[in-house]
Amino acid sequence: MAEILYKIALFLVLLSTVGFILYIIKQEKKFFRWSYIILFVGFIFHTLFLAHQYYRLGTAPVISLKSTLSFFSWCIIGVYLVFQMRFGLMVLGSFVAPLAAVLMIISIAIPGMESTVRPMLKSAWLTVHVGTIFIGDAMFVITFAAAIMYLIQERHIKKKTRGSFYSRLPSLETLDSINHHSLMYGFPFLTLGMISGAIYAQYALGSYWRWDPKEVWSLITWLAYAVLLHERLAVGWRGRRAALMSIVCFCILIFTFLGGSLWLSDYHSFDNLGVRIG
Amino acid sequence: MTVKIVNIGMNHESAPVELRECMANDREKTAMALACMRELKWIREGLFLSTCNRVEAIYTTDNPAEAKKSILSMFSRLGNISEERFISNIYIYEDSEALKHIFRVASSLDSMVVGEPQILGQIKEAFHQAAGIEKTTGVILNRLMHRAFHVAKRVKTETGISEAAVSISYAAVELAKKIFYGLEGRKVLLIGAGEMAELAARHLMGHGIDSLIVANRSFNKAVQIADLFKGKAVFFEEIETYLLEVDIVITSTSSTHFVIPYDLVRNSLRKRRNHPLFFIDIAVPRDVEPRVNDLENVYLYDIDDLKEVVKENTVQRKEEALKAERIVQEEIIRFEKWLKTLDVVPTIKALKDKIESIRKNEIGKSLPALGELTPSQINGIESLTASLADKIMNDPIVVLKGKAGGKSRDTYLDIIRKLFNLDKNNHRGA
Repeated sequence: MAEILYKIALFLVLLSTVGFILYIIKQEKKFFRWSYIILFVGFIFHTLFLAHQYYRLGTAPVISLKSTLSFFSWCIIGVYLVFQMRFGLMVLGSFVAPLAAVLMIISIAIPGMESTVRPMLKSAWLTVHVGTIFIGDAMFVITFAAAIMYLIQERHIKKKTRGSFYSRLPSLETLDSINHHSLMYGFPFLTLGMISGAIYAQYALGSYWRWDPKEVWSLITWLAYAVLLHERLAVGWRGRRAALMSIVCFCILIFTFLGGSLWLSDYHSFDNLGVRIG
Repeated sequence: MTVKIVNIGMNHESAPVELRECMANDREKTAMALACMRELKWIREGLFLSTCNRVEAIYTTDNPAEAKKSILSMFSRLGNISEERFISNIYIYEDSEALKHIFRVASSLDSMVVGEPQILGQIKEAFHQAAGIEKTTGVILNRLMHRAFHVAKRVKTETGISEAAVSISYAAVELAKKIFYGLEGRKVLLIGAGEMAELAARHLMGHGIDSLIVANRSFNKAVQIADLFKGKAVFFEEIETYLLEVDIVITSTSSTHFVIPYDLVRNSLRKRRNHPLFFIDIAVPRDVEPRVNDLENVYLYDIDDLKEVVKENTVQRKEEALKAERIVQEEIIRFEKWLKTLDVVPTIKALKDKIESIRKNEIGKSLPALGELTPSQINGIESLTASLADKIMNDPIVVLKGKAGGKSRDTYLDIIRKLFNLDKNNHRGA
């Protein structure tokens, strides 16, 4: 049952990805409209799937890489939908939907299915901790996508080449503003996620901070984004410099997520989270 | 000796802006010039055109040398400058060269930005003032100007020339839209004045920009332009201050050094909090130091870059220009043909007059010798001699009219004038 929900969601996201790619090539609005609707329906199925998982496991389905990736892509799509409603930046979907689709494919391809869950993980704090972190991360995906789009567009304008992306991408200021806003919204979520993680650790493990490598790297990531935010708000960074910095920040974020989850970490590692130990 | 069409003037290529400015383009000065031309002895018909990029006097004369002198002294009085100061910046075209120049000006081929559409309106205005108000034009200039409008229309519809100029400002707007979130509420700083810069400014204003600041070396001029766009005029020295608050800068001064040097922009960026700044440099030579484009959040497009942008759509610009020149040539030939039919007319008239006077003379001499005649007999003699004269003149006139457009026309005219000795009795049939 749950598998089918996920597969439908994946199918719809793939379909909308194709639509978004067609949209950026053909630049016909109907492609966007259909992709947007399909993505939205896919998101609903994905939500149902996650709700089912939550109910089945008794906690947020984020304790294996497989389910985490699925959850992450759900967050990305959710955040994109919100941004789309807020900014109406159609071409962003062409960058975000493929990423979400790839994450979902990886998720379905790798093995691992939680059957039993350690009691420690059956906590509302886990949901809050992981939920806020991933919403923040999804915002940073948007920041990253906007930064990439900014650099492409800026290059076209500066070099006066006006390549194929020139007409398809929105204005530099729009991209910079997306970059700015997603950073502004994402940072509080990341902060909340780390605070809730500390509280959760206090409850579950008895101390707020344990110098776990993932914790350390998360702090580095947080600091990097804090620096970027500070430069933007206080110093007046914008444009190219801010875009480059947000790409660097995102690389650190990815490293923290994958490195911390797969091989660096102690108790944050999926190996230690779910099936095998549990 | 026939009427010559002459064009004396200076444009953006021949004269620096300071000189052109002296002849400032307001209606009163044009009216003064026209009134002056009406009074001048050797000027038959006259037209005076003055825009920010050119001053042109177009006239017809029987005595080009004298006419030139009086027109030059008129220029000197109008601009309040001595002849020596501008004599080297003046061009003088006669006949077909003049026609060519006028046609090229009207169809915007002689403009600083080829194809810009304002010049035609300015010429029409000048013609209206000359023909309608001051009544200084006559058969030839009226026809010439109407042909010029016709040429301009042909060039506009048959070639892509005018599109290119419009599309340069269009391209500037498109670029601005790719840099800024929207153009509403943006501020534009216009430095220097020129047809193209005004055109670009007008295009931008048409896309929601409502705030324009004009800086010009001549503050008067700045105020004029600012009034045109309901903008604000500032001193040239204030550019540095206003650079902090504008989003788009259009430069088109005739300065030979950079008006906007690299350091000026770099120093302003921090105070602007890195808000994007878009320079559109229409001036040749350039006003904005090219290195400015290397600065973050600063985008610089000069006229060549914009032309490059436009080129994507109009690849065959050269062919278009060639086409336009061909149209001009075609129309010159047509006009000259018409002018030449005008030239045989006086000769024919002179011929008729001469024969008629001979006839009258002979009748006057013969009638007393014939004794008493009845009125009907007198009538008979009158009609006999008249039809005799007509029959004799008929063939030469047909031939002359037939040769009107041909190369041998001048020869025929010459022979007829010599054979009938027209030039001694009648100086010129006019």
